[in-house]
Amino acid sequence: MNSLREVHRPDVSFRWILMICAWVAFLLLTGFFIFLFDLGFPALRDLGFNLLTLEWNPPLKVFGMVSFIYGTLLTSLLALFIATPVSVASAVVLSELAPGKLAKALGFLVEMLAAIPSIVYGLWGLFFLVPILRETVMPFVQKFVGFLPIFGGPIYGVSVFSAAVILAIMVIPTITAVCREIFANIPQVQRDGMLALGATRFEMIQVAVLDSSRSGIFGAMVLGLGRALGETMAVTMLIGNRSELDFSWFAPGQTMASAMASEVAEASGTHLAALGMVGFVLLLISALVFYSTKWALKGSGR
Amino acid sequence: MNSKNLLVTKGLKAFVADFEILHGIDLAVGEREVVALIGPSGCGKSTFLRCLNRLHEETEGAHVEGSVVLEGIELYDRKSDPVALRRRIGMVFQKPNPFPSMSVFDNVAAGIVLQGVKNKSVLQEAVERSLRQAALWDEVKDYLDRPGTSLSGGQQQRLCIARALTVKPPVLLMDEPTSALDPISTAKIEELVAHLKEQMTIVVVTHNMQQASRISDRTAFFLYGNVVEYGATREVFTTPKNRKTEEYITGRFG
Repeated sequence: MNSLREVHRPDVSFRWILMICAWVAFLLLTGFFIFLFDLGFPALRDLGFNLLTLEWNPPLKVFGMVSFIYGTLLTSLLALFIATPVSVASAVVLSELAPGKLAKALGFLVEMLAAIPSIVYGLWGLFFLVPILRETVMPFVQKFVGFLPIFGGPIYGVSVFSAAVILAIMVIPTITAVCREIFANIPQVQRDGMLALGATRFEMIQVAVLDSSRSGIFGAMVLGLGRALGETMAVTMLIGNRSELDFSWFAPGQTMASAMASEVAEASGTHLAALGMVGFVLLLISALVFYSTKWALKGSGR
Repeated sequence: MNSKNLLVTKGLKAFVADFEILHGIDLAVGEREVVALIGPSGCGKSTFLRCLNRLHEETEGAHVEGSVVLEGIELYDRKSDPVALRRRIGMVFQKPNPFPSMSVFDNVAAGIVLQGVKNKSVLQEAVERSLRQAALWDEVKDYLDRPGTSLSGGQQQRLCIARALTVKPPVLLMDEPTSALDPISTAKIEELVAHLKEQMTIVVVTHNMQQASRISDRTAFFLYGNVVEYGATREVFTTPKNRKTEEYITGRFG
C-alpha cells in the first residue's frame, strides 16, 4: 500500500504549485480593490455623497465625479454604437463572403489592428482624425441637426465625439474577431439547410448566421464595451480634458480614465484621494461589465 | 420502375479544387420512385446528391461538369438560377438542422416565406399540411411556438422533412436522414418515405443496407466516384452483377 502512495506524491506538490499560481490572480484582484479603496478613503470620509455631484474643481476642493462617469459611459456607448455595425459587417465578409485566402489575409490585418499601441491611435487621432472631424464632419452635422443640443455649441475638434470615434476604431478589431469566431462555429449544415430551401446568399446570412448568433454578438459588444470603458491614452489625447458636464457631444469632456491620467501627476491630498475613488468606481464598473459578459456568453452556449 | 424519367444525369463530374470526386455519373431516376445511393464513405454519394440541387458548388473551390436534367430542364444551363432551382427541390440532411432562431411553425414555413408568401392563413394551412405529411402534426400541434430545437432528435428530423415539403417539391433529396436517430425514429422516417413516394421522387443516401432494401425501388452502388451497379433494389441485393457490389453488401468491405 505504501508504494502506491509514493507514486502519488509528486502530483501533490505539483498541485500545490498550481494552486499558489492561481491564488496570485485572486490576491492581485482583491489587492486592486483594497488599494484603490484605501487610496480614495479620505475623500469618501471627507466628502461622502458630495463625490456624486456634478462639479469637479480641485482648487476649490470640490470633487464630484458624475461628469466623468457620464463621459465614460457616453463615449463607450457611442463607440459601441458606431463600431458594432461595422464589426458585424466585416465579420460577415471575413467568414461568409471573402474567398479563403483573402479572408485569412484580411482577418490577420484586423487582428493586427488590435495589437497597435493606443498611443499610436492617439497620435493618429489627434493629427489626422480630429482635423477631419473639425473641418468637415462636425460643421456638416451641425448644419443639418445643429439645433439638437447634442450637436450644438462651438467646435473645438477635441471632444467627446472625437474620443468616441477613436474608441470605435479601437474596439472594431475586438468585436470583429469575436463575431468572426462565433460565425466560424456555426455548423455548415445550418447554412446548407437555408440554401437548400432556396435562400439567396444574403437571406442565408441573415437567418443562419446573424439570427442564430444574436446572443454571441451581444457578448462581443460587451467585450468591446469593457475595452472602451478603460481605454485611457487615446481618449485622454482626444477628449479635451474639461471636467465640466456639457450636453453637446462636440464639446470637450472627460472620462474617468482620462481624468486620472491627466490629473494624477499634480494631485495630492484630497484631490489624489478623490482620483483614487474615481479609479475604484471605474474598477467596479469594469468588473460589472466583465461579469455581464460571462453571463451573456453563457447564454450563447460558449 | 417508371418509364418516365424525372431526373437524368449525364457525365456528371464534381470537383473540389483540382480533385475529381465524381468521374462522370450517368443515372436516371423515374417519377415517384425511391432510389437509394449506397457505397463506402468517401465514394461520392453525398456529393452526387448535392449536385442534384446545385449545393455542391457552394463549397469553396468546387465546381461541376456534365449535365443534370430535371423535368426536361438543364440545371447546369447558364441561364438556370440555382436559387430558383433549390426552391423546387427539397433536401434533408444527415443531422437534423432546424433553424435555432425559429419556432416550429417558422421552421416549417421558412421555404414559402422565402418565396414571398405572407398571408397568415395560407402559411397556417401550408404548415399544417406539411406537418401532417411528415407525421408530426399530432405531436407538435400544441407547441408550434416553441423553438424548433426544443423537439427530440427524431422529431427534429421530421420537422426538417416537413420544412422541405412545404414548397411541394417534385424531388426530395435525403442525405443519410436516419444515421443520427434511434431505431424507433428511424422506423418512422422509413414509413414516411413509403408514404411520400406516392407524391414525389426521393433520392436517399444511406449507409444502412437493410434500410436501402426496405425503402427503395432502385439502388445505385457508388465506389471511388463511379456508379458500379444500378438496378432494381431486389436484384442488386440478391443477384448483384458486380463482384464489388456483392462484397460490399455482404459486408466484406466498406
